Amino acid sequence: MKRIIAATVQNRSGVLNRVTGLLQKRQFNIESISVGRTETEGVSRMTFVVEVADNQKLEQLMKQLNKQVDVLKVSDITDKAIVARELALIKVMSNGQVRNEIQGMIEPFRASVIDISKDSLTVQVTGKTDKIEALIDLLRPYGIKELARTGLTAFLRGHQPQVTELAPYSLLK
Amino acid sequence: MKVEAENKVDTSTQPKTGADLFVESLIKEGVDTLFGYPGGAVLPIYDALYKAQKSLNHVLSRHEQGSIHAAEGYARVSGKPGVVIATSGPGATNLVTGIADAMMDSLPLVIFTGQVARNVIGTDAFQEADVIGITTPITKHNYQVQSLSDLPKIIKEAFHIASTGRKGPVLVDIPKDISASLFEEVNDTDFHLPGYQPTTKPNPLQIKKLADALAKAKKPVLLAGAGVLHGGASTELKTFIEKHSLPITTTLLGLGSYPGEAELSLGMAGMHGTYAANTALYECDLLINIGARFDDRLTGNLAHFAPWATVAHIDIDPAEIGKNIETHIPIVADSKEALKALLSNTEESPDHQEWLTELKRFKQDYPLWYNNPKNEISPQWLIEAIHKVTKGDAIVTTDVGQHQMWAAQYYTFTKPDRWVTSGGLGTMGFGFPAAIGAQIAAPDETVVAIVGDGGFQMTLQELSILQEKGLPVKVIIVNNQALGMVRQWQESFYEKRYSESLLTTQPDFVKLAESYEIRGMKIDNQEDLIHALPEVFSYDGPVLLDCRVRKEENVYPMIAPGKGLNQMIGVKP
Repeated sequence: MKRIIAATVQNRSGVLNRVTGLLQKRQFNIESISVGRTETEGVSRMTFVVEVADNQKLEQLMKQLNKQVDVLKVSDITDKAIVARELALIKVMSNGQVRNEIQGMIEPFRASVIDISKDSLTVQVTGKTDKIEALIDLLRPYGIKELARTGLTAFLRGHQPQVTELAPYSLLK
Repeated sequence: MKVEAENKVDTSTQPKTGADLFVESLIKEGVDTLFGYPGGAVLPIYDALYKAQKSLNHVLSRHEQGSIHAAEGYARVSGKPGVVIATSGPGATNLVTGIADAMMDSLPLVIFTGQVARNVIGTDAFQEADVIGITTPITKHNYQVQSLSDLPKIIKEAFHIASTGRKGPVLVDIPKDISASLFEEVNDTDFHLPGYQPTTKPNPLQIKKLADALAKAKKPVLLAGAGVLHGGASTELKTFIEKHSLPITTTLLGLGSYPGEAELSLGMAGMHGTYAANTALYECDLLINIGARFDDRLTGNLAHFAPWATVAHIDIDPAEIGKNIETHIPIVADSKEALKALLSNTEESPDHQEWLTELKRFKQDYPLWYNNPKNEISPQWLIEAIHKVTKGDAIVTTDVGQHQMWAAQYYTFTKPDRWVTSGGLGTMGFGFPAAIGAQIAAPDETVVAIVGDGGFQMTLQELSILQEKGLPVKVIIVNNQALGMVRQWQESFYEKRYSESLLTTQPDFVKLAESYEIRGMKIDNQEDLIHALPEVFSYDGPVLLDCRVRKEENVYPMIAPGKGLNQMIGVKP
């Protein structure tokens, strides 16, 4: 099962290596990882999307992360009310003929063209993982020359509904 | 005139260097013993140590692996962190086995490695190695010092992390330019580690749950691991066991946490554990694990491990709970705190007389046993003889393998912290240097290194330390001219194809010892041994005894790989 794990860590040298090394040592599969600074100086935030076999493995993952001295807090936010976004840059083959066609196609995704050359254009899209995947699928027939994704970054919404209000819906299911 | 000139050199007015600051910080932490080996990147540190000889006893090994295993032995026996110093590059990489060993067995170590100067880090400079990268997976935490003013604080943190919570090795990498530079100002040494707050007090609700389960149990058993020893909880454990008449078994590393000869003791459990202990773990309805990590050599096939039991697991490391075995009553706590809470919250004892009678019968009917032809020395008999001469009171260290299992089976410990062995990593060459550290930690105790002929040859260069420091360590080589455990598995599982496991070419160990000015003896029969052993242990100095034992002896009983607790082989017929 796919889980979104958010961790705040001390921004010290080697902390990324510590965390990814740990996941590798314990045989966890990282699908994506994104890291960046937070509102607090010296604290970074990591968001992982990991594939784990079951709850027991998930618990191990969280505990092992928590054990690291530089890791401040770890939470599995998969089933919480969250905002989650990923950014993708997609370089698509295009000549003058299909350019407009692509422009029209990406509009509903609120994606934008950020670079154009003689035979390609680059689309920037932001959103949840499934939205980005849908757009990539749509663009694939034109020929994708290059693709770069940031990986998911996420945190909890300002208001968390009570447990009873939560629909049995998960972003990544 | 010369004398006058020398008198003018007053070290106290000389400007202080990073290395001096390092030495001061160690002394502030109460360090009095260091295990190390000098080299280029730690020259400034060794210069400062030269000046501080009066307050710090430096033990010079002959290979860095010897230093770190000695520090492990020191830590296990004294309970204090073992301190190690090595130079950059090869000095540091030679420590790797010991660091991994200490990590697996939760031994507190603080390791200082030299590093090349900051301006050449990352350029593949002479004797440069990425020690932080190499040791990250095998340390509890590590640091590379980036600025001299942080050094005292880092050292303070390192000692704190190594010796609290689940203990373990912490490494501090110090670039040479930092230890060489002059310092003026030091940052505040107060530290706060928001990501490191070990839980030591148990949750009262979980304790209540365990008390209830205990009152209802018909077949309870307690499993004591190294956590009991690390937490210094043997006294509390004994009181708890006796309060409720609980049968108790220990892991390999938990030996000594409860007196082995006591009626309620079932002996060691696991791959080469006793029939009574393994059967108790198999049949129990309540298993209380204190400070053991359900290692695969203990559990055997998980499907056959305590299949009917309610499992309570007390551990200071939450990540160990539920890692291998589904746990019904998880208690994150220090072993001592948890036992204290249990003592004051368990009124009702279980009604388990039948179970005790059954286990007593197992103990009587299926004890450990071995062949003992009078014309040879059976290794098990040798261990029993050592036990007798030392009155079961020695500090015993071992390597890994057959001799380790025989020592665990036949050297019955009555006191805690007398058993120093490489459990988790299973390191050959551990036992002898560990005995050196143990003897330094306990100078008035009898320390015996029971080693195999294979393992001893991996670290025997440390005989120099015995010679140099005059340490009265007794080294007994259980010599079967083979890598015994490898040979045993080849016999049992590879149709006796003894691939590279027979060590028929050996040095003359007696001459070897004598070349280090250590008394050497070689014995190959029971009668001579009976006469020699009291002499070995009453001799005021180190002795090396090359004891030739029955080559074909195997360690039994055994749970073969992949089998369960209820599938032991080699039990007394």
